[in-house]
Amino acid sequence: MNYQDSFRDKELVQGLARRIAELTRGRKKPLVFMEVCGTHTMAIYQYGLRSLLPPEVKLISGPGCPVCVTPNGYLDRAIALSRLPDLTITTFGDMLRVPGSSSSLMEERAKGADIRVVYSPLDAVRIAAANPAKRVVFLGVGFETTAPTVAGSILAAKAQGLSNYFVLASHKTMPQPMAILSADPDLSVDGYICPAHVSAIIGADAYRFLCAEYQVPCVVTGFEPTDVMQGVEMLARQALQGESRVEIQYSRVVRWEGNAKAQGLLAEVFTPFDAPWRGIGVLPGSGLRIADAYGEFDAELALPVQVEELKEHQGCLCGEILKGKVAPGDCPLFGGKCTPESPVGACMVSSEGTCAAAFKYGR
Amino acid sequence: MNDDLILLGHGSGGKLSHQLLDELIIPNLSGVPAAGQNDAALLNIGGVKLAFTTDSYVVDPIFFPGGNIGDLAVNGTVNDLAMMGARPLCLSVGFILEEGFLKSELARIVISMREAADAAGVAIVTGDTKVVPRGKGDRIFINTSGIGAVEHSLSINGAAARVGDKVIVNGCIGDHGIAVLSAREGLEIDSGIKSDSAPLNGLVTELLPLGDALHVLRDPTRGGVATTLKEIALQSGVTVKLSEENLPVNAGVKGVCSILGLDPLYVANEGKLLALVAPERAGEALAIMRRHPLGKDAAVIGEVTESSAGRVVMETMVGGVRGVEMLAGEQLPRIC
Amino acid sequence: MCVGVPMQVISIEGDQALTEVDGVKREASLMLLDQEVKVGDFVIIHAGFAISKLDEEDAKATLELMREVFEPELMG
Repeated sequence: MNYQDSFRDKELVQGLARRIAELTRGRKKPLVFMEVCGTHTMAIYQYGLRSLLPPEVKLISGPGCPVCVTPNGYLDRAIALSRLPDLTITTFGDMLRVPGSSSSLMEERAKGADIRVVYSPLDAVRIAAANPAKRVVFLGVGFETTAPTVAGSILAAKAQGLSNYFVLASHKTMPQPMAILSADPDLSVDGYICPAHVSAIIGADAYRFLCAEYQVPCVVTGFEPTDVMQGVEMLARQALQGESRVEIQYSRVVRWEGNAKAQGLLAEVFTPFDAPWRGIGVLPGSGLRIADAYGEFDAELALPVQVEELKEHQGCLCGEILKGKVAPGDCPLFGGKCTPESPVGACMVSSEGTCAAAFKYGR
Repeated sequence: MNDDLILLGHGSGGKLSHQLLDELIIPNLSGVPAAGQNDAALLNIGGVKLAFTTDSYVVDPIFFPGGNIGDLAVNGTVNDLAMMGARPLCLSVGFILEEGFLKSELARIVISMREAADAAGVAIVTGDTKVVPRGKGDRIFINTSGIGAVEHSLSINGAAARVGDKVIVNGCIGDHGIAVLSAREGLEIDSGIKSDSAPLNGLVTELLPLGDALHVLRDPTRGGVATTLKEIALQSGVTVKLSEENLPVNAGVKGVCSILGLDPLYVANEGKLLALVAPERAGEALAIMRRHPLGKDAAVIGEVTESSAGRVVMETMVGGVRGVEMLAGEQLPRIC
Repeated sequence: MCVGVPMQVISIEGDQALTEVDGVKREASLMLLDQEVKVGDFVIIHAGFAISKLDEEDAKATLELMREVFEPELMG
């Protein structure tokens, strides 16, 4: 079976679109669904799915782009590290353009820092093994999908006896910001399109408390266009019937209990902490830092640096946009001072950030 | 962001490159035609019409599946001339070599330059070689300039697109960019994709008899089909509508793009051209391409729908509609 | 977040597998998987790791459900 093409079927997408229109026809107040995950945001723009939905259904983008929510202070530390001698920064490509207080990794690379884009954290471990005279720091960002891969790289480095591999970890977990959003009286969301691959790790059970406490429908949805349309259809049905339960649209990948082994690895290598989210603030228990037992791999402990004083960007509405309260076009900086080439806020930095996607595909 | 530095994105062929040209380079030079927007300059010297172009090659790695920096340097300059409908006559070559570079590798590169020049029917007639100290260059950089004869009186240029024109591409998109990316150290991806690096002057010669129906020819190199079409839409003041379903993309390119989170519309090509042709001759243009060895996968991928706005939109494979913008910065593998 | 691609397992050696999509091959680690995989299975690959196995029966059931949703309408 072709697991990509089968789920990119035009007729199925259009059929689902018609069904969604039928279900919601004549509604005065549009149903508002939030896609929490940045990869959903990208898929919705990339396939032009908004143009296929009726006016009775509105999709808004939530805080699920890990690059977007990485705070200035983290970038400032990464930049300070990149200026140390004999140090190589390894990172996913997304992080290069993220602005810190006064610079970015891309700018530091132009000034001579050794910054390399890798596909996998294991590639970073390989670089460390091949360059024993260098200290190799991997920038560990991402949600529960990515965090286990970084945990895996730490275990691999340990198994190989490497003493020159470090991780600057700022992993985030998903359910906490969803709870904060649900509790926000200014924000009315009729359902969550829950992340696909985060849920492969944490399991669909992780959203049950949202349904119980906030009466909001949750559908764990895949990233292909038919998946997204079916997820919307399932949410619309629940919302119209006044239900609020967790459903799994993406059942070919996601199980209720998630991936126990990956969860075990997260518990082994990381410890929960109160993480700062760009534009949102500190959320209790919403981040993962390296556990004390693996302190030798923690760049923050093992490689002390002087980090510049934190400066926040003025006038940027990223925080409100991430919460879905404000659309990108409503920000005074959007498209003028803040563009994908010269981003101010993180929503413009990541190619899947809400503002970048709106700039690239939306106009 | 600090505005004082040249970033890698300034060389990506996308929006940053345009800004650098428009804001810094062109205003400080005299005699450059507006925005340097075509692939070559047209000169009239004593009644003889010539096309003149130059391009530098800094590709990494220098050897990649389907070619190397040498044939790329020949084909790229030949193609820039061909996109003006010019018959490439002769090229110059400038080598900048890093101390310690292997002579055997240089020989391989020079031989493939000769082979590429022979295949394109051009002569390499003059050149220059410089060596920089170790660490001051990256093994080898090549500049080629070229002169071509303009033997037609057509006005083929980026501002000539008209409502109704069909957009035709001569084959699968993104091969060069993906071949180079997957050969690059560190990504460890085996794509089986070869660069499409090829001289397009022969194909253009076949297309010229379309005469006035042939409005625009452009090779979508850096920045890919998306960036090139956006340039054409802006230059001509038209809206181009693409059909994603009709975009020819090799499976391997699709696969690498899925894995790295890239979009084939923004990936570089080195043996592809976009032709905008009046609708009544579009079928003929497509047939000409398909008969040519470099055009067997040719396809109509879109059309010019409105005379306004400089927009590119795309009907997606599932029937949705979205806007298409220029490449912003470098296209980076993304994972999260 | 989380670009993840369904890739087919071509060969397995210990905790490492060679995986393929559209003829493109890439090594992936199996260390995060809590399900047994064999050659021929499909897995979701994220950042060089298999994070979950794909279930063909579930995939077919999902597609079936999608088709059902609009079939009555086509007939009407």
